Amino acid sequence: MYRSKTILTALVAAGLALSAPFAATAKELRMALSAEPSSMDPHFHNLTPNNALTSHVFERLVHFDSKMKPIPGLATSWKTIDEKTWEFKLRPGVKWHDGSPFTADDVLFSMERAPNVENSPGSFATYVKGKTFAKIDDMTIRVTTPAPYPLMPNDLATIAIISKKAASGAKTDDFNSGKAAIGTGPYKYAEFVKGDRYVLVRNEDHWGEKPVWTKVTIRPIKTGPSRISALLAGDVDVIEEVPTTDIERLKGDTKIALGQGLSNRVIFFHMDQWRDESPFITANDGSKIKNPLKDKRVRLALSKAINRPAIVDRLMEKAAVPASQFLADDFFGTSKKLKPETFDIEGAKKLLAEAGYPKGFKMTLHSPNGRYINDARMAEAVAQMFTRIGVETKVETMPGAVYFTRATTGANGNPEFSFMLLGWGAGTGEVSSPLKSLVATFDKVKGMGPVNRGRYSNPVLDKAIEEALATVDDPKRAELLAKASEIAIEDVAVIVSHYQLNTWATRKGMQYTPRADEYTIAMSVSEQ
Amino acid sequence: MSVTDAGPVAAPVRQPAVQTPFARFVADFTESRLATFAFILLVVTMLLALIAPWIVPQNPYDLAQVDIMDSRLKPGTPASSGKYTHWLGTDGAGRDLVSAMLYGLRISLLVGVLSGLIAMAVGAAIGLIAAYVGGRTESLIMRIVDLQLSFPAILVALMLIAILGKGVDKIIIALVTVQWAYYARTVRGSALVESRKEYVEAARCLGLSNGRILFRHILPNCLPPLIVVVTVQTAHAISLEATLSFLGVGLPQTEPSLGLLISNGFQYMLSGDYWISFFPGLVLLATIVVINLVGDQLRDVLNPRLSK
Amino acid sequence: MTAYIIRRLMQSAAVVLAMSVIVFLGLHVVGDPVYLLIDPQADQAEIERTIRRLGLDQPIWIQYFHFIKGALTGDLGTSFVHGTSALKLIVERMPATLEIAIAATLMSIFIGIPLGLYAGLKPNGFISKSIMATSILGFSLPTFWVGIMMIMVFAVMLGWLPSTGRGPTATFLGITSSLFTIDGLRHVAMPALNLALLKISLVIRLTRAGTREAIHQDYIKFARAKGVSMGRIVGVHLLKNIMIPVVTVLGLEFGNLIAFSVVTETIFAWPGMGKLLIDSIQTLDRPVIVAYLIIIVLLFVIINLVVDILYSVLDPRVRIGEKAT
Repeated sequence: MYRSKTILTALVAAGLALSAPFAATAKELRMALSAEPSSMDPHFHNLTPNNALTSHVFERLVHFDSKMKPIPGLATSWKTIDEKTWEFKLRPGVKWHDGSPFTADDVLFSMERAPNVENSPGSFATYVKGKTFAKIDDMTIRVTTPAPYPLMPNDLATIAIISKKAASGAKTDDFNSGKAAIGTGPYKYAEFVKGDRYVLVRNEDHWGEKPVWTKVTIRPIKTGPSRISALLAGDVDVIEEVPTTDIERLKGDTKIALGQGLSNRVIFFHMDQWRDESPFITANDGSKIKNPLKDKRVRLALSKAINRPAIVDRLMEKAAVPASQFLADDFFGTSKKLKPETFDIEGAKKLLAEAGYPKGFKMTLHSPNGRYINDARMAEAVAQMFTRIGVETKVETMPGAVYFTRATTGANGNPEFSFMLLGWGAGTGEVSSPLKSLVATFDKVKGMGPVNRGRYSNPVLDKAIEEALATVDDPKRAELLAKASEIAIEDVAVIVSHYQLNTWATRKGMQYTPRADEYTIAMSVSEQ
Repeated sequence: MSVTDAGPVAAPVRQPAVQTPFARFVADFTESRLATFAFILLVVTMLLALIAPWIVPQNPYDLAQVDIMDSRLKPGTPASSGKYTHWLGTDGAGRDLVSAMLYGLRISLLVGVLSGLIAMAVGAAIGLIAAYVGGRTESLIMRIVDLQLSFPAILVALMLIAILGKGVDKIIIALVTVQWAYYARTVRGSALVESRKEYVEAARCLGLSNGRILFRHILPNCLPPLIVVVTVQTAHAISLEATLSFLGVGLPQTEPSLGLLISNGFQYMLSGDYWISFFPGLVLLATIVVINLVGDQLRDVLNPRLSK
Repeated sequence: MTAYIIRRLMQSAAVVLAMSVIVFLGLHVVGDPVYLLIDPQADQAEIERTIRRLGLDQPIWIQYFHFIKGALTGDLGTSFVHGTSALKLIVERMPATLEIAIAATLMSIFIGIPLGLYAGLKPNGFISKSIMATSILGFSLPTFWVGIMMIMVFAVMLGWLPSTGRGPTATFLGITSSLFTIDGLRHVAMPALNLALLKISLVIRLTRAGTREAIHQDYIKFARAKGVSMGRIVGVHLLKNIMIPVVTVLGLEFGNLIAFSVVTETIFAWPGMGKLLIDSIQTLDRPVIVAYLIIIVLLFVIINLVVDILYSVLDPRVRIGEKAT
């Protein structure tokens, strides 16, 4: 630790001009994560900490930049041959960490393995499904789909390419032990001690821009205050997920630098819109009533009751932005017309009265605790706000372990709760992901609305989403997605609250370029 | 090494009994000024907790009275309604800390004392029976104790939450489930020693009933270590409840106990808003210290072998 | 004695069986891990495929049957989260937990017993009263609160000790442990003390209570009258007589330390079994929880057995197994 400190001091003292000769010296970076990666096998579990860790070692055909725009990775370019066929040109001259050359065979091998990893608790099958991969020559592959499929680059940005030579027949444990952990990425596998530390060393032969750090040690520190303490004590250089309560204080700390950026995650509420009587809604006297959430006016009233600026300001410590739709404005496919619902208690009360609930009703708001940033406190604050317009709201929080099963299949295979807090991170970096999963009509056969926990159903919206999903032309699709978002939001299919900002903290002299996909990677840590 | 124990132990009488047993107990107890002071404090604390709803300016469990806009106000800030002052500030949800602490104290005391007493009653009875009856019954009981002791509190709490939901009664059930085995094990340990002593044999020879021997003779002799465990465990129950809340399987978010206030305030500790977890921590600490001082003195007074 | 031990071990097998049934049924009621683990973007078909892959589509009794079948061949199942053998996961993390548990137990013995003896022998002195008052602090504040305070004071403000994590290991007499390196010990210090606080207070109180009681008993008075030195009285006669409750409690507590160092390990990011357990409970990783609890039950059974045997050694009046039929 002292060594790197002195080097840093020396650098600062000597000025930037001298940094080039010094670049050859060892520079260690220590990062603390809030969650523990479970494997070095990039196909084992599609989970943010795993994906972030393995992306040091393995690369994808398409990469996401920090704002989740697709950029060339192991593929230098891609284009559509016809509506149903995509062609990818592979990057020439790329070498695996063992020295063998990267070819189309590796890509085919990876696509074959990714959906079929033994014991995988959450595989990448969703992104490979329905695609046929064909090798044209060593540096060209073609992907065909039965129907027009516009999300090809986004999907392929999730699948890591592994070496056919090193990983043939390899099991997950072989990646963890390092045997099969041969990638093309900017870092090489050095050590994997589950739950303790993950060590990587720089790949000096990498094709791309060389990262600053020669050695990277990643450690999981789950508890927020402990993570901050580790940074303040100088035991780590970078931490992710800075607790919102500490942001203000760290801003004033001269030894710390913050990196904050918009995430792809929206916090919203699903509302029971399929049962005639909802289990957690009663009249004020406790008797059963017709499900009020089926009435758009009630849903709008609840949305108006939420004081979004107050939530952002008082609860999220400004580490959030009031939400108007499913993804923040600068993502692909968002509507420019939608604005966050204005806070209006009188308007809300009026709408409730119009809908036939002048005295409100009673409701229970369910929320996980510890799954999203400040989730339980958020539920409590929103319950306060609902109570103020006459909807007396009780809060019930529970650990994710209990919550998600009940919220998904708690009532004989259907969602149990009436009004629930949830979050959604758009893994594809564009709007079709939340539209398709959250508000499209629940349909097992089509694979639509898989986590539509309010069972909202609107044929007009379904048609709009399906049309967008079959449009390959980017500008046209963006327009269609925006229209679909407007339909959903104007009908208050869900109540959106805010987009999360992600916050990283580093020691002074470093800077973290915030990533919308919430990845914490050494390549994003720069030196100043 | 042969040990001559102090014969049949039915509170040996020191002086010719001019005092009633209760008066003597009071006299013994008040011998320590510190313990008397602690006892008075404990009574005051319990009273405060009891009458909390009538003396605090805000009902912290009523969401209509709590506003997120008032969150994290510094101690001494006037309330937004202007009717009172947040003397100790507000917490992250906008609850007045004085009100929340007194309400929380109610719950913490209820949870700690009730779960401690029930667990002790259940555990001590089972432990005594195991030691006295022996044989298969003892083996069965002690294996159930093994089973219970190896179950983590958080797993018990998680399962109970899934089955019963959250609530004060549920957390008491969880804490009793976690703690009874501990008492059973301790009591059995001492009872095993006691039941082989001469006075028990003497009692048997006299033809006393098993129940009488168990509860009138063996139990009083097992009390000293038991009281140590009770006072420690009651305090521990209160902080265990806080820990369960910290792990997300404790009490409902909107009805915080002292422990939940502390664990909610935990995230503010590094941010400078110290009061959110500092004041509840202080009250919790004081309460537990007081319980223990009283417990310590009780143990000394009740212990038949310590009488001078 | 041998027959007694064998009988105890057989009873333990029944305990393990009972426990596995409870955990299977209990976790089944709590929830389905798939909804926690799967990529949220997955559609219904993929969710069902994953449920099948993890074997969770089967009725619970068939899942249990499969588990028993595997357990008989020494396979306690494959972790849902990690995809590797549950047993291996736990064994890998055991040394880290043993380190802090042993360190904490040593602290509670070497700090707790002398302080407790002193407080028991001079119950009315100022120092004794201070010891007793301070010992209350040990169990009145929640572990997580004390833990983070320690980190703030010793790591952030004073910079004496590293804030979190486990230090480098070294191998000594075939055992690899971070207790054998200076930096390793520096890392162990805070989590071990955090774990030990409650135990130290407990030992102080038990020792003091035992001492106060024993000091009034006849054999001590005789010994004094005979002119036996105070050191010998305390060291030999007194200690021997007050050890029973202390041994019981310490035995139990050692098991507790190993089993449930959950909070301390979470706060100090200590890569031990406790952290694995809490993570597994939070993700409903049943194979790991079951395997973990089986190990813990066996551990407690062994500890209790040792404690019972120690009883009979420390106090000849207790003859174990004499009544068992």
